[in-house]
Amino acid sequence: MPVFFTADEYRQVEAVCARLIPTDQDPGATEAGVVDYIDTFLGAFSFDPPRIWAGGAFSGRFGGSPGFATFHRLTPLDELAWRTRIEGSRGLPEREWNGPVVGLQERYREGLALLGADFADAAPEEQDRRLSEHTGFTALIYEHACEGMYGAPEYGGNRGLVGWSYIGFAGDVQPRGYTDEEVSQP
Amino acid sequence: MTPGSRDFDVIIVGSGPGGSTAADILTAAGRSVVIFEKGRNHLIDVEDPSRLASDYSNDEIKFMFRHFLGPDPLLEPRTFRRDEAEGDRIRTGEVNNVPSTVGGGGTHADGKVPRFREEDFRVLSEWGPVDGASVADWPLTYADLEPAYTEAERLVGVAGDADANPFASWRSGPYPMAPGAPMYGALLTSAAAEKFGWHPYPGPTAANSVPYDGRPACNNCGFCAFFGCPIHAKGDPVASLRRALMSGRAELRSETFVSRVLVSNGLATGVEYVDAAGVTRTERAAHVVLAAGGLETPRLLLLSGFEHPMIGRNVMFHFQTYVLGKMPMRVHPHKGRAVTHLHDDNLVPDDESLAAARAAGLPWFKGGMVEHAGPAHPVVEARFSPWGARHKDTMRASEMRDHMWGFCMQGEDLPQPTNRVDLDPTVRDVRGFPVMRVTYKAHRHEEVASAYYAPKLEACLKLAGAEWAFTHTSPGPFDPVPISRHVAGTVRMGTDAATSVCDAWGRLHDVPNVVIADSSPFPTGAGYGPTLTLITLAIRNIKALAAG
Repeated sequence: MPVFFTADEYRQVEAVCARLIPTDQDPGATEAGVVDYIDTFLGAFSFDPPRIWAGGAFSGRFGGSPGFATFHRLTPLDELAWRTRIEGSRGLPEREWNGPVVGLQERYREGLALLGADFADAAPEEQDRRLSEHTGFTALIYEHACEGMYGAPEYGGNRGLVGWSYIGFAGDVQPRGYTDEEVSQP
Repeated sequence: MTPGSRDFDVIIVGSGPGGSTAADILTAAGRSVVIFEKGRNHLIDVEDPSRLASDYSNDEIKFMFRHFLGPDPLLEPRTFRRDEAEGDRIRTGEVNNVPSTVGGGGTHADGKVPRFREEDFRVLSEWGPVDGASVADWPLTYADLEPAYTEAERLVGVAGDADANPFASWRSGPYPMAPGAPMYGALLTSAAAEKFGWHPYPGPTAANSVPYDGRPACNNCGFCAFFGCPIHAKGDPVASLRRALMSGRAELRSETFVSRVLVSNGLATGVEYVDAAGVTRTERAAHVVLAAGGLETPRLLLLSGFEHPMIGRNVMFHFQTYVLGKMPMRVHPHKGRAVTHLHDDNLVPDDESLAAARAAGLPWFKGGMVEHAGPAHPVVEARFSPWGARHKDTMRASEMRDHMWGFCMQGEDLPQPTNRVDLDPTVRDVRGFPVMRVTYKAHRHEEVASAYYAPKLEACLKLAGAEWAFTHTSPGPFDPVPISRHVAGTVRMGTDAATSVCDAWGRLHDVPNVVIADSSPFPTGAGYGPTLTLITLAIRNIKALAAG
């Protein structure tokens, strides 16, 4: 179940991401769960601690205990910053020390409206045409799609490490690291 | 206003390499210190400083896109303009975000720590003036600093080869550790650079090549530049801070913003600060050490009402020239400590470059140290790749990461009085204080030097096998804000109180019990990263302070 998007929005975002990072002989944004990465980010404050910063020092994938799974607690100032960035300032004086801030949630809802409620059911060529037309929103969601495809899976995307696997990237390798031979040899 | 907990001998503002070094030197001399840091603490357990924190990680999202090391550009924006003709500002938000966290700029750096050369301390005498620039000699020499350089390398733990760089100035001893494993790409470009007649060498690095000072050897994880080290193999500045805290004479207060240096009768009496709960308090001390960095130290002086007209002027970055190309083979820039090799051949003028300078109407120009490196991280690569049908092929081919290698020249940036930082007239930080504004435009010197060396670097890269190469600069046509975090010059040191803000010992001419311990006093910036030299200055100057 999405934590931020409605069921229709979720389907729409998933369709957008499938055009941005398509599935071919290798998995794409759909298989990686990129929509879940974006939903988790926009709904970060539905979780306790909020899903802003994964913990350290290791993920457990190359040894050590899986610290990434436990997210950092935020200080009051950091919560203020991230709530303002995600939710917008909404006219709250404590969020408008330099004036109003349009939040990511609002930018997504506006962007999705521009792409059209029927986006998920449109033909692929029509989907690409709309993405090419609304460059501002496409650039925003593409940045997040890249994070969800190639970032650590603890943030909700890169499911099964499919983003790293198809490009041959090992990801976070601590505490194993790389041997001197792996560093210096082809 | 609420008084603080107790009095200390010295207040230190900033916990980066300069502040941590100051704390180390002062506590070793038996003094008590309190260290104020406006950022969070992810570096060290203050209850048991023998334990280092485990918050850093190989996490591209956290470090590259979510401001984990701070400053958050919403909470603490900075502003930028090229010159006054552009109005109050052309950018608000992220402007040169050198980290704001316990450990400061030392936490995100990949720890290249070469010394400056002898002539870097007397650029005016050696090379002469340049129109429009305020080129100056330092009020001290390399020989004055050499013992402290040696001590700095030992304290932070530097791995290097004392005989490998023919341009290096003399030194009294070897590095504490041998260099770490050379990166594959660097071996390719080093071989080509040698054929080119240049002299590549293993870059002196503040990352352990063997266990050192109770911390492990670097294991080459590749998340080095821009990332905190998960295993604390980087010694700068955790080594100094840990020693200071373990002495029992240092207290670290993070999430605490110093807003004012209090002055009475020409001497500082303490500081006013806003604690983590938002309460304004004061702390008193006999001395105040400012180590908030090249941008925040002048901001604090201006917030405090200090009136010396040179405060904030002559801000310098590095003019970065990136020459990158596609290698036929995968060079895996994500394996290793980000940069393992440098060359200085483009930093030192020769007959050919002097002729090119004269042809361009300049008396001379200098480039900078050249780092041999490539891009290491896939989210950044993906963002530079196209979306849609070509995305996956582009990422599989990885011409912009796994096959990419090249050079970054950290070009010397001449000081100009018109390049400055001051307080923005209207933009405020979350606590309500005016933020720092950068007014900056590169001098022709930097642009001419970059344009002269870039084709040579491209030719060298092709000699190493690159199928194609391109050049990009910062600042440049796509972004006027310099991304180099090597900020200096804003509290210039000198002997003349009219043309400089502090003396050769980092003491403010106007308020001599305030001592600067970061890169702000540098009269010129050299073509090397500032960290080792600012640590060295801190060692020398804070020892003088401790000796009274």
